[in-house]
Amino acid sequence: MGTGGALKKQFESLLGGHLDWQSRPAPECVPSGVAALDTSTGGLPRGCLTEIYGPASSGRTSLLFSILAQATAREEACALIDAEDAFDPTSATAAGVRLDRLLWVRSNNNAEHALKAADLLIQGGGFGLVILDLGDLSPAIARRISLTSWFRLRRAVENTPTVLISLARQSNAKTCASLQLECVRERTAWSGALHSSRLLRAITARATSTQRSKICSPVFTATAL
Amino acid sequence: MFASLHGNGPLTALAFEFSPIVEQTAPGTVTFDASGLDRLFGVPQDVAAAIARRAAELQLQVRIAIAANPDAAICAARGFSGASIIPYGDEAKFLAALPVSLLAPTPALLETLERWGIRRFQDLAALPPLGIAERLGPEGLRLRSLARGEVERKLLALEDPLRFDEEIELDYPVELLEPLAFVLARLINSLATRLATRALATTELRLRLTLENRATHERTLRLPVPTLDTKAFLKLLQLDLSQHPPAAAVLKVRMEMIPAKPQSTQSGIFIPATPEPVKLELTIARLQSLVGAGRVGSPTLLNTHRPGAFRMAHALTPSTAPVIPTPGTPRLTLRLFRPPRAAQVAIASGHPTFVTAGPIRGKIHDLAGPWRTSGDWWTADPWQRDEWDIALTGGALYRLCCDPRGWFLDGSYD
Repeated sequence: MGTGGALKKQFESLLGGHLDWQSRPAPECVPSGVAALDTSTGGLPRGCLTEIYGPASSGRTSLLFSILAQATAREEACALIDAEDAFDPTSATAAGVRLDRLLWVRSNNNAEHALKAADLLIQGGGFGLVILDLGDLSPAIARRISLTSWFRLRRAVENTPTVLISLARQSNAKTCASLQLECVRERTAWSGALHSSRLLRAITARATSTQRSKICSPVFTATAL
Repeated sequence: MFASLHGNGPLTALAFEFSPIVEQTAPGTVTFDASGLDRLFGVPQDVAAAIARRAAELQLQVRIAIAANPDAAICAARGFSGASIIPYGDEAKFLAALPVSLLAPTPALLETLERWGIRRFQDLAALPPLGIAERLGPEGLRLRSLARGEVERKLLALEDPLRFDEEIELDYPVELLEPLAFVLARLINSLATRLATRALATTELRLRLTLENRATHERTLRLPVPTLDTKAFLKLLQLDLSQHPPAAAVLKVRMEMIPAKPQSTQSGIFIPATPEPVKLELTIARLQSLVGAGRVGSPTLLNTHRPGAFRMAHALTPSTAPVIPTPGTPRLTLRLFRPPRAAQVAIASGHPTFVTAGPIRGKIHDLAGPWRTSGDWWTADPWQRDEWDIALTGGALYRLCCDPRGWFLDGSYD
């Protein structure tokens, strides 16, 4: 046993118990607005990168807007970096997002600018939620973002009260993400007869967390207006 | 107690930093009421030292004199270099060696005095008042009183203009922004110090550059809260000028800061943290230089049903709009395609059956619609469209629309 080990033993004997020196305290989590998801994952961790991914119409943007609505309802300053200019303020308002608490950065179809913007916003500080929306970016371009860039973002957000969320078609951040949620559409609900009174009612999606500590797959439904 | 400053440069501004009662005695001479400064700085020597220190900070060459009456201070400031402190009652003795010409008599009077051999204050002060009154009249008596340091009068106080502007004319034209930043930093620091001495801040900074081609380049920076963060000002100006560079080399720089009361807020334990306003402004300026102007801000919906109608407002401004309660379950949301993707649509029995829009292609498996909307028909820019919610064979949901220009995929439900 080295000097460090001896000191540790001595210190523990003085304090009268085993001390956990290695593990960090669990991060504070915020609710996502989807009860099933919050129950199974414990919410979205602050100071960590959360990745939401899935194909088009898999409910990932609905889930994102629910998170955004919750954050703006808590009066937190939020930022959305929109790589593909896909944000719809009307839908966001209908989902309960307070637009006056949201900073929207339209990065003009440039993933590199989007990453730089995310870095600037995190470094600027004071934001409760920063979203990097790469949802419509082609997988080929998204794959070109190096793991180093994701690692830098993860390091930047560490020890801050910011929830960093990345939205994409496939998983890009890999191990840099503390929580990964894969959204898969399960069912689309329509009502009425075809070609007469047909209405799109809702989509039901499954958000699967594949990480060892948080394996779960809660189901949520995004309803149309 | 009065102090007089004699020299070149913005002496009035320097005087206003020490007293609200300031007289512009003559070009290059400023006098102010210094009573009460002893309680701040100490003895008159310390007051003079404080004024001299501040003048050195502002790079002003001034002569300073402190006396019990303003005219004695003025004469001493004009006649002696450095700082002069005239003890009360010793004015005549202190000023004795100064030349009579310093009192600015009329040329005829000066000639008379020279003929009499009166060249210094002490000579004039020694003359009998009755004789002077007989020979030189009231003007002669006034000069005698001045030479004896006995004149008591009130200052003709200036109205404080509260204008915070300065300019620098450059020795040679500056083409690059980097050397210009040094000039800007000097102006910002000087103006910020002037504002700080009056317990003020600024919400607006105006920059006017006179260019080599005789044109002017004007920029205005507005801040959401009053501040005096000189580093932030400089960075904001640098970012702004890099986005809007002047068309030619710069010859003259003029800067003005609009004064405002500093913001005082009290934060609380349970109030969520928000970005610091000045830091946020800096971040937004950096983001704008990255993604382009007008692409960063808070979206605000317009009072119309026209699809995609919004404007970008200044970021994170507190609004008075009613708070919409958060729905209990997630809402199905739309991801827009900007611009909408032109589509080719096959129609059967009046309904779309197959759609092709770039990489999105497929048979329409399910659909709802059309939803017919129109608006602004009473204006020069009317709009109308038919919308369908469609599901392609793969299950992806889109909004398809048809307007007079053709078919478009508006976005995807996600």
